Amino acid sequence: MDIKASDRFNINSQLEHLQAKYVGTGHADLNRFEWAVNIQRDSYASYVGHYPMLAYFAIAENESIGRERYNFMQKMLLPCGLPPEREDD
Amino acid sequence: MFLYNLTLQKATGIVTAINGNFSGGSKQEIVVGRGKVLDLVCPDDSGKLQTLVSVEIFGAIRSLAQFRFTGSKKDYIVVGSDSGRIVILEYNKLTNSFDKIHQETFGKSGCRRIVPGQYLAVDPKGRAVMVGACEKQKLVYVMNRDTAARLTISSPLEAHKSHTITYSICGVDCGFDNPIFAAIEMDYSDSDQDSTGLSAAEAQKHLTFYELDLGLNHVSRKWSEPIDNGANMLITVPGGGDGPSGVLVCAENFVIYKNQGHPDVRALIPRREDLPAERGVIMVSVARHKSLSFILVQSEYGDIFKVTLEHGNEGVTELKIKYFDTIPVTCSMCVLKPGYLFAASEFGDHALYQFQSTGDEPDAESSSTTMMELETEEGFQPVFFKPRRLKNLIRVDQVQSLMPIMDMKVYNIFEEETPQIFSLCGQGPRSSLRILRPGLGISEMATSPLPGVPNGVWTIKKNVNDEFDAYIVVSFASATLVLSIGETVEEVSDSGFLDTAASLAVSLIGDDSLMQVHPSGIRHIREDGRINEWRTPGKKTITKVGYNRLQAVIALSGGELIYFEVDMTGQLMEVEKHEMPGDVACLDIAPVPEGRRRSRFLAVGSYDNTIRILSLDPDDCFQVLSLQSVFSPPESLLFLEIQASTGGEDGADHPASLFLNAGLQNGVLFRTVVDMVTGQLSDSRSRFLGLRAPKLFPVNVRGRHAMLCLSSRSWLGYMYQGNFFLTPLTCGILEFAATFSSDNCAEGIVAVAAEALKVFTIDKLGETFHQTVFPLRYTPRKFVLQPKRKLLVMIESDQRAFKAEELEAAQNECFHALQDDNGNLHMEEVSENSELSDEQYGYPKAEVKNWVSCIRVLDPRTGETMSCLELEDNEAALSICIVNFNDKDYGTLLAVGTAKSLQFLPKRSFDAAYIHIYRFVDGGKLELLHKTQVDGVPLALSHFQGRLLAGIGNVLRLYDLGKKRLLRKCENKLFPSTIISLHCYRDRIYVGDIQESFHYCKYRRDENQLYIFADDFYPRWLTASQHVDFDTMAGADKFGNVFFVRLPQDVSDEIEEDPTGGKIKWEQCKLNGAPNKVEEIVQFHVGDVVSSLQKASLTPGGVECILYGTVMGSLGAFLPFSSRDDVDFFSHLEMHMRQEHPPLCGRDHMAYRSAYFPVKDVIDGDLCEQFPTLPMDLQKKIAEDLERSPAEILKKLEEIRNKII
Repeated sequence: MDIKASDRFNINSQLEHLQAKYVGTGHADLNRFEWAVNIQRDSYASYVGHYPMLAYFAIAENESIGRERYNFMQKMLLPCGLPPEREDD
Repeated sequence: MFLYNLTLQKATGIVTAINGNFSGGSKQEIVVGRGKVLDLVCPDDSGKLQTLVSVEIFGAIRSLAQFRFTGSKKDYIVVGSDSGRIVILEYNKLTNSFDKIHQETFGKSGCRRIVPGQYLAVDPKGRAVMVGACEKQKLVYVMNRDTAARLTISSPLEAHKSHTITYSICGVDCGFDNPIFAAIEMDYSDSDQDSTGLSAAEAQKHLTFYELDLGLNHVSRKWSEPIDNGANMLITVPGGGDGPSGVLVCAENFVIYKNQGHPDVRALIPRREDLPAERGVIMVSVARHKSLSFILVQSEYGDIFKVTLEHGNEGVTELKIKYFDTIPVTCSMCVLKPGYLFAASEFGDHALYQFQSTGDEPDAESSSTTMMELETEEGFQPVFFKPRRLKNLIRVDQVQSLMPIMDMKVYNIFEEETPQIFSLCGQGPRSSLRILRPGLGISEMATSPLPGVPNGVWTIKKNVNDEFDAYIVVSFASATLVLSIGETVEEVSDSGFLDTAASLAVSLIGDDSLMQVHPSGIRHIREDGRINEWRTPGKKTITKVGYNRLQAVIALSGGELIYFEVDMTGQLMEVEKHEMPGDVACLDIAPVPEGRRRSRFLAVGSYDNTIRILSLDPDDCFQVLSLQSVFSPPESLLFLEIQASTGGEDGADHPASLFLNAGLQNGVLFRTVVDMVTGQLSDSRSRFLGLRAPKLFPVNVRGRHAMLCLSSRSWLGYMYQGNFFLTPLTCGILEFAATFSSDNCAEGIVAVAAEALKVFTIDKLGETFHQTVFPLRYTPRKFVLQPKRKLLVMIESDQRAFKAEELEAAQNECFHALQDDNGNLHMEEVSENSELSDEQYGYPKAEVKNWVSCIRVLDPRTGETMSCLELEDNEAALSICIVNFNDKDYGTLLAVGTAKSLQFLPKRSFDAAYIHIYRFVDGGKLELLHKTQVDGVPLALSHFQGRLLAGIGNVLRLYDLGKKRLLRKCENKLFPSTIISLHCYRDRIYVGDIQESFHYCKYRRDENQLYIFADDFYPRWLTASQHVDFDTMAGADKFGNVFFVRLPQDVSDEIEEDPTGGKIKWEQCKLNGAPNKVEEIVQFHVGDVVSSLQKASLTPGGVECILYGTVMGSLGAFLPFSSRDDVDFFSHLEMHMRQEHPPLCGRDHMAYRSAYFPVKDVIDGDLCEQFPTLPMDLQKKIAEDLERSPAEILKKLEEIRNKII
């Protein structure tokens, strides 16, 4: 592959492609909040996907597994609270 | 160190279950996903659930769906797993296995946010499948049939939407129009950007319809409309000709009917009376069946509601939700055809219910109405109801489940041959202490005393074609008792048997005559009552007998053998005589092969430690065919034919093979394969069964030949799902046994136990453990053994629950209220309600800060609770230990760590924390000595050198006993987060941190100092830990990994030899870490949260292994290999199995076992044990590569399993 030939293959466009395809791929200007939000969403998705883990949480909180799954899915909306105010605006 | 991982008890909890006609017959089956195991379960004729096949898939099953083509009678299974692949399976009735039809890769493996597998939805007409992820991705596969009616699958069509969370998907029934899938979605892109919180507040869940255009082969968003933000589940509503189509959206407190172009029809979910106002109600599982015109949904509290839709030409006019019944909360419910409801419980035992009625009667019981009626009231006023007894359902069977195992320890409290596993299981009101003993459970049907000590028992049919036995014959020292089996079992004297002598054998011989062998002769009783008697020559007596249906061989004292055969006319004829070199110890004739007149093989055991196989063919009668020497004189012999089976229950296609089993006097069972043609013996294996010489008896189990071995324990040898199992039975010592079959017990066993006759049946084959269950009150957390009186002391605690007294008070109040209002009219109802078992209905929910807890002392022998101390004021017991202080005044004391009003979210907080010290008085009672307030939550306690060591938050502290309180002696505050486990050995303390793995500490008595000298590289979230040796710890983390860490030998020596104990070095540690690091020596992904680890040996004199219990209710073991050869053999076998037999659901085995850390030095026995399920040619191929025969591999597998259990 000739890298110089086209811009399409430079590292930035590759990254952009990755970011579009795989949610959560980071970039150089990622801020702390965005990073944390990704981690949290990944974690909640993992808890929901791994049933034994869901059961483990359900026992700790004395809730049903169904309720625990619902709670985790609900938390995916704002996992780290409100985003910080943008400095540039 | 190399370990062999073997699951002893497969997961008993259930993730999801579906029902359908998977075998293609009219019978309905259930496919059950248990995390990493896929089972096919089916209720038998008597309504008992039987597992037909169970496969370990080495992946995580997250969702299951079934579909069938129109006109077809067979359902296919779609599996959504963590493999990043869609897998379509078919149940093959012939081989009794799941066949993989299609496997299509769509993404990375693992349970990821955007990789589909979490949700599955099928088009009700079986034309397409949608597989969805938690976020963004949804793929649609089109299913079709090719000309040969084989299932074809298309390439995936994308229905992705970025920045969108998916909550649920389902297929919409729209007849034969283009398939439509519905999804609950929420777009989060705006709320992630908006710092004012405005868009987050406005974020709205949408119901979106995706249409698959079969003509264009394209998926498009057809329709999207906002729905209630509490929506969590979608249910397909029948369409086409059967109903109004559309979907039911289950949301918090509501059920809403929605369809494109149809106004919403909404109904409130009825609420329990005792539910706090701030709590909502969500639905967690649903059951629907075509033959039922309604849908059953279950709420998170266990109440089942019946949802009915009334519809006409204008669409749905009314949505009704009516309280149906209450059963424990399920993760899945399945309605089966003959009116069964299978309820897969989230925690605890699963159950099979039968419908008594469909809840149609118009009683006043809470039924919620439609929107129209609701609007007339002020706001949303829900309908209230009180849970009542089961009215529409009746429980017919229960399937035991250990899920979740909270704590597990192995002791031999009952002083039996093998230790017992004590496990704390279950959650909330369904908690229990379960004592597990390796072996199959029996259910005793009858016991009757006998007049003396018998020396044999037989059952006989009168005719070979009879279904049931006619007589039970019991032999005593000088008498024979004949009992006839009918309505009752009673003694008879007209049977023709000689009752004044002992019997050596009694059997049906020929087609319809009976044979009784007694010491002085043989009595042959013909069908018409004629009796022929053969007498022994001279003064010789018969010592041993071997027989089958057509042949008999007797051994006379001195070693003479006489061979009899039944001729064509039914006469018992003497055929041949033979002189053996010495007395005969035991005899057996192989069963007559199908369609033959005689069997060729006679086995003779002699006191010179040999077993001979003699021929019974007329041309070479009594010719020695082969000879086998054994270690000890054989006591009992049995030929057991293990049948070839190409179908039916045990599946594997092995050729028929004949095994000769010998019980030796030293207690060993010796098994060898007999060549069916030449009679040569090969491939011998032996196993120690007990302290007495095993006596072997043929029995039938599920219509197949099996063997009962009676030693100091009783064992059953049987085929199950292609494997031969030799499993102990949990019954007392038995002396003799025979099969028993009558009209109320088709397949039983009659046995002699001391001076009594017992009739019993064996229920659940394939079970490794037999359970004894004692119910508990709250979720059990931990337990310890009180060493002196061997009592179990356990702590139970539950968050968000009311105390027993509070509940009682509430109930009384209710009782009075009813009395005041209605007088005596409703007394019946009151008494009925007050008896509601919490186990069935659950405890009412309280506030987050409410805790209930108790400390229970239980006698495991009787299951009796000696004392149960209820804690007050939301105090919860969290840790427990037995401690002996240096101050000998009190002897053995109990320390319990507690916290008041503990909350985990948003941050861990508590009002106060204490360590209680109790004294044991009057044996089982507890007396509080004193209570010391501490500054953190004490999650770990341990006895250490006559003092109490406590992990309090992140502080490790040493306490001594004072008069009024505990006295601080020494502490270390350098632990990273929270101490959750403590193990002590000599002056070392092994501390487990909740998220930072193990820390090795040392206590220096002279300087009174605690310091950390080694820790781990990895942050591991510990859930269980076990001390293995001086330098080694075993641990398990939250993500399902088990690991062993070891301090390198040189570091360990250096620390032990260093006069300062490594203290100087410790003071130089960098980056807050310890100066030394432990090494990871073993690493393995179990795939289930391991909640307890225990070092124990389950076999008498066996090797110690590490047992683990998991949240999903499975038990497994890690066995250390003792020889390098075995390691080589098994790692090669594992390698071949990985190549030749990739896991069923598409996850790569190596990747699965290395899901979080690369697997290290563990060989997966679960994979190796799938070897017998391979086709014969593949078995041969692998065996050739290993330079062995398939039989040798099977033997190896059996041997290593026997080492563990």
